[in-house]
Amino acid sequence: MADRQAMPLQDPKERAQNFDEVALGYTDEMALAEASRCLECKSPKCVDGCPVNIDIPGFIARIKSEDFDGAIGTIKLTNALPAVCGRVCPQEVQCEELCVLAKKGEPVAIGRLERFCADYERRKGVTPPVQPESTGKKVAIIGAGPAGLTAAADLAKKGHEVTIFESLHDTGGVLTYGIPEFRLPKAIVKEEVEYIKQLGVDVKVDYVIGKIKTLDELRNEYDAVFLGTGAGLPKFMGIEGENLNGVYSANEFLTRVNLMKAYQFPNYDTPIKRGKNVIVVGGGNVAMDAARSALRLGADEVSIVYRRGEDELPARKEEIENAKEEGIVFRLLTNPTRILEGENMTVNGVECIKMELGEPDESGRRSPVAVEGSEHVINADIVIIAIGTSPNPMIFSGSEGLETNSRGTIVVDDSGKTSLDNVYAGGDAVTGAATVISAMGAGKVAAKAINEYLSN
Amino acid sequence: MSYQIVEKKEIASSVHMMKIKAPDVAKAAKAGQFIILRIDETSERVPLTIADFDSNEGTVTIIYQEMGKTTKQLAKMSASEELQDFVGPLGTPADVRKLGTVILVGGGVGIAPVYPQVKAYREAGNKVISVIGARNESLLILEDEMREASDELHVATDDGSKGHHGFVTDVVKNILDSGEKVARIVVIGPPILMKVAAGMTEPYGVETIVSLNPIMIDGTGMCGGCRVSVGGETKFACVDGPEFDAHKVDFNLLMSRLALYRSEESKCQENHDHKCTCRGEH
Ligand SMILES: Cc1cc2nc3c(=O)[nH]c(=O)nc-3n(C[C@H](O)[C@H](O)[C@H](O)COP(=O)(O)OP(=O)(O)OC[C@H]3O[C@@H](n4cnc5c(N)ncnc54)[C@H](O)[C@@H]3O)c2cc1C
Ligand SMILES: Cc1cc2nc3c(=O)[nH]c(=O)nc-3n(C[C@H](O)[C@H](O)[C@H](O)COP(=O)(O)OP(=O)(O)OC[C@H]3O[C@@H](n4cnc5c(N)ncnc54)[C@H](O)[C@@H]3O)c2cc1C
Ligand code: SF4
Ligand code: SF4
Ligand code: FES
Repeated sequence: MADRQAMPLQDPKERAQNFDEVALGYTDEMALAEASRCLECKSPKCVDGCPVNIDIPGFIARIKSEDFDGAIGTIKLTNALPAVCGRVCPQEVQCEELCVLAKKGEPVAIGRLERFCADYERRKGVTPPVQPESTGKKVAIIGAGPAGLTAAADLAKKGHEVTIFESLHDTGGVLTYGIPEFRLPKAIVKEEVEYIKQLGVDVKVDYVIGKIKTLDELRNEYDAVFLGTGAGLPKFMGIEGENLNGVYSANEFLTRVNLMKAYQFPNYDTPIKRGKNVIVVGGGNVAMDAARSALRLGADEVSIVYRRGEDELPARKEEIENAKEEGIVFRLLTNPTRILEGENMTVNGVECIKMELGEPDESGRRSPVAVEGSEHVINADIVIIAIGTSPNPMIFSGSEGLETNSRGTIVVDDSGKTSLDNVYAGGDAVTGAATVISAMGAGKVAAKAINEYLSN
Repeated sequence: MSYQIVEKKEIASSVHMMKIKAPDVAKAAKAGQFIILRIDETSERVPLTIADFDSNEGTVTIIYQEMGKTTKQLAKMSASEELQDFVGPLGTPADVRKLGTVILVGGGVGIAPVYPQVKAYREAGNKVISVIGARNESLLILEDEMREASDELHVATDDGSKGHHGFVTDVVKNILDSGEKVARIVVIGPPILMKVAAGMTEPYGVETIVSLNPIMIDGTGMCGGCRVSVGGETKFACVDGPEFDAHKVDFNLLMSRLALYRSEESKCQENHDHKCTCRGEH
């Protein structure tokens, strides 16, 4: 069997200086070669690994016969945002993990093929959808992230009148303010949103639910409401020095860079501190994105400080490799204990402590314990905290009776229904910070339930 | 989206008033809240307090001082032009209740956010003593409106060109010393004024509230950029505030964080001025 086709990438030295997309995408030949590796299994395991159950052997078979239109058509039956998912899904723990070829370490590159099909269609021009006949039912969607956009698209296709309310001035949620341009070009997100608008969805930005209108008011004005408000509230560590100038939450740092385009300052007005020595605390996708953005802004050295080991890093493997190639330093089994203060309340280094992995706890995970006396100072002028987020509570003011649990996430049943009669929810607001595709999956499930509810 | 400027006036030297058409915001607005606006695609998101609102007319009034790039650019706009974004009402409304006698203090452009509170406290049945001040008479805003809305109005200017020669805090101290029973003092103005006022009122044990103005981006609790320290706890001013107990606020931290982008701000301003002269505009 042929080897798995590598993804062509921008040269690491060059890309560390720009915000252009890192992965360049397969050529037709590469896509055909990669597609030919798929065995078109009778009971394909890969499909079980995909949260929206794309007919994977089906679309790959169409690539094989060079029917690229057919391939993208097959994908779009269940996934409204293939150009996004093909780029940012953690495939190695989803579809590709379960591919039969994964046992030999070389699963079919399903995500890359999906991206190939989506990019083919984008180059060709997407045919605008036909607007279905209206049912006269009105649905309000709160939040224009992947969960909200997916739910909106599915409900609009059923003929319901859908309005999306988004608090920021732009749509896309994390796809726009969090994930950087070099991993997910914003033009792609814009096109996906345009498509949804063509389905007849009305998108209102600058509209904070809980402030301008409450959920209770919306419940009266609309037949049903979907909450896709995400998990946007940044966590801090609670260590000394965290409010010093030069300490950012990853959300602030990435919002300045992506949503406000601070990397194009002064052509865009929003500034950002371009550090010389940047420390990013955390080991997930958010930490990788912040670190690689800081590098591109011109830092001399950027390090990831993470309290567990290499194997525990929660970020996508591909992005960890990309980060290493670009020169990001990984300080593993290390934990910050305090941020040191320099002149004018600025950051002047971070005191860290070494960690070692202890005995496995009840969950089987080996938790890190501090090594006494191993304190050391790492040089830094900028610190970015990327240790997680929790649901944004804004939506809860004026939402009488909406049940949440102790982590602040919204409680729903299998169909996405909340404790309130005509209110559904999905995505990070329900699960806590998760993935794009799981948020979309939840949007789909809820849209189906809402459609049934409205049909009764 | 776009939001039309329906009225625009320079109300003092470099201080402007604008009425913006934003019916949904006007309907929901309460005293003490703010909006965030963006002029166009490349602009910063700038927070400004709601100085007045009219839900029948569907308008929100903002009053701003020319500080840097965005506020200067805004100052050049005229009625009938449009702003790209206008989000609000943001922040927790002022906790206005019937308390007895309340002193409302506005310094400089801080008089603007005090104005709707004067009306609200009065409507709630309080005796409202207002104290407003500015560096000099030409910078003093809303004097007539404030006199009309308050039970008592005192004016102070740094140079003595109008009213008391000195700071608003002197006037407040005199009122407290006169034996007037004051239930609450609200101070809005430059951080240094709020800091001095907090220090002055503390020994009197009078509840003192300030409205903090740290640098913000989203204004919805999502970035943490607006964090302030109150009673040793970190708070997000955009959602937990902007009003806080003055005696617990760490003003030094607030002031140092406000200066964070000083060098970038001047660069942005230069870039803007440079572009303007090249194209021969303005
Ligand atoms: C930096 C970063 C990198 C990531 N990388 C990956 C990756 O590589 N792969 C992957 O699969 N996942 C990744 N994720 C996770 C993924 O982006 C999220 O799981 C996903 O976006 C969740 O979608 P959502 O629709 O639930 O919420 P969000 O995308 O958070 O969207 C919620 C939207 O609701 C709006 N909103 C919130 N409250 C209100 C309100 N009261 N009124 C109106 N609007 C409101 C918000 O402004 C926001 O636009 C990453 C996340 C981050 C932060
Ligand atoms: C809740 C709140 C309410 C406010 N209300 C008013 C008001 O009613 N009238 C008024 O004149 N001003 C008000 N301000 C201050 C106003 O937002 C700033 O003056 C404005 O952002 C300056 O922008 P600039 O581009 O003109 O100047 P810049 O050159 O960018 O900055 C000048 C100074 O303004 C401050 N500043 C800069 N960016 C921001 C930002 N994004 N958020 C907050 N402060 C910033 C900094 O201290 C900076 O040094 C308020 C601020 C807050 C947070
Ligand atoms: S959507 Fe994600 S999980 Fe599903 S097939 Fe595509 S890459 Fe795999
Ligand atoms: S499991 Fe792998 S080989 Fe089998 S159909 Fe899916 S992608 Fe093809
Ligand atoms: S401005 Fe972003 S959290 Fe307050």
